[in-house]
Amino acid sequence: MSKANEAQVGGARVKRGMAEMLKGGVIMDVVNVEQAKIAEDAGAVAVMALERVPADIRAQGGVSRMSDPDMIEKIQAAVSIPVMAKVRIGHFAEAQILQTLNVDYIDESEVLTPADYEHHIDKWNFTIPFVCGATNLGEALRRINEGAAMIRSKGEAGTGDVSNATTHMRKIGSEIRRLTSMREDELYVAAKELQAPYALVKEVAETGKLPVVLFTAGGIATPADAAMMMQLGADGVFIGSGIFKSGDAAKRAAACVKATTFYTDAKVVADASRGLGEAMVGINVADIPVPHRLAERGW
Amino acid sequence: MNVGVLALQGDFREHIIALGECGVTGKLVKTESDIKAVDALIIPGGESTTISKLASAFGLSDLISNRIADGMPTYGSCAGMILVAKSIIDPASDQETFGGIDMQVRRNAFGRQTESFEMDLAFKSISGAPIRGVFIRAPWVESHGPDVEVLSSIEISGVTHPVAVRQGRAMATAFHPELTGDNRIHRFFLEDVCKK
Repeated sequence: MSKANEAQVGGARVKRGMAEMLKGGVIMDVVNVEQAKIAEDAGAVAVMALERVPADIRAQGGVSRMSDPDMIEKIQAAVSIPVMAKVRIGHFAEAQILQTLNVDYIDESEVLTPADYEHHIDKWNFTIPFVCGATNLGEALRRINEGAAMIRSKGEAGTGDVSNATTHMRKIGSEIRRLTSMREDELYVAAKELQAPYALVKEVAETGKLPVVLFTAGGIATPADAAMMMQLGADGVFIGSGIFKSGDAAKRAAACVKATTFYTDAKVVADASRGLGEAMVGINVADIPVPHRLAERGW
Repeated sequence: MNVGVLALQGDFREHIIALGECGVTGKLVKTESDIKAVDALIIPGGESTTISKLASAFGLSDLISNRIADGMPTYGSCAGMILVAKSIIDPASDQETFGGIDMQVRRNAFGRQTESFEMDLAFKSISGAPIRGVFIRAPWVESHGPDVEVLSSIEISGVTHPVAVRQGRAMATAFHPELTGDNRIHRFFLEDVCKK
């Protein structure tokens, strides 16, 4: 018999392991209990509780912050799947609040207005695991070095335009493949160029993958988008505005879940794509002035 | 022996790696024909509601249930433990299990992610160093029938909660040996549970 008081909480293995359990799944943005239940019924592996989906944050402007604890707790009470919530980049006090609420994962997210334009949160100080966005390998490794237990490629949130998600996934993938083909004595300069710690660069060169789970996000709106991102090497998919800014949210949510599981089976993805009603209207990333692109946030 | 790992969602690749370390080439399975072609099945960690919804949406639930009932060796870790249970306390809406072990499990029994933990466990039938149990939003066995053998358990405030069990050719753990690099649990499944 083993006694529970020997238990160790908050270690890297349970934080990273939590993300391992989400692999092959879809994490959906929800703004209320009703949407959270639709997401759970559709087979989402987790929900992201927030007050406004990225498309509305973009449309309404202003400073965007952590959600009201009451709203997060209502969603926690309504579903049994994991509940994640967002904090502003660098806002460790918002993260401390979410830790007291016992959310299952914290997203230090560029979708909210940054609170610190130099430093991200020291994520090792928390028992709750963090997911962070990245547009390239160096950024991903800097976040992992700060304690992120999961990475998501950023894409461009709130657009319904998948092009930046593909750019970022391809970039991270190709930079990993480049490291694996290098001589060992070339990795020092690679680390300098990536602006990432040598030990992590060496680990990636040896294993050919990030030391944590890599999801994709930002602009995924259809089952086909999800299937493409999975084929590009994502371990799973975040869908923000794409579901609840569309016609038949419940049907689209279930269809995206199916496409994420059977991403190599075009026939299943085709069936999942039928009769979903109107997709989110979206904005072309190219029409958004660079200073207003969320993926530029994070350093 | 063809060992399949149910690949609808979750950490199925880690189970394939663990099987490989035991000298067995595991096969990812997610269709009816895949499942019919394997001799044994591992149900991985993941989100049990998602796995059960996908299994039922693609008409796999009855097939898996019937094969387990017919004696196909089966091992479930974490979400997999929930899915091989006869019943769940407080299931999510319309969540079904495949069955296989005469037990009732409690989902997220230890709490939310902040309470996820690892600890050393004594495991019946495996000698040597303790097994490092990694528990992530893990279930425990709330109650079980007389034919269920408890392989490992944890005591909390004087109450004993089984976290590894077997019944005939079905086995389940609330923890994730596939995340530790220690393949003794998988070896036990292959060499003992599968051959019973």
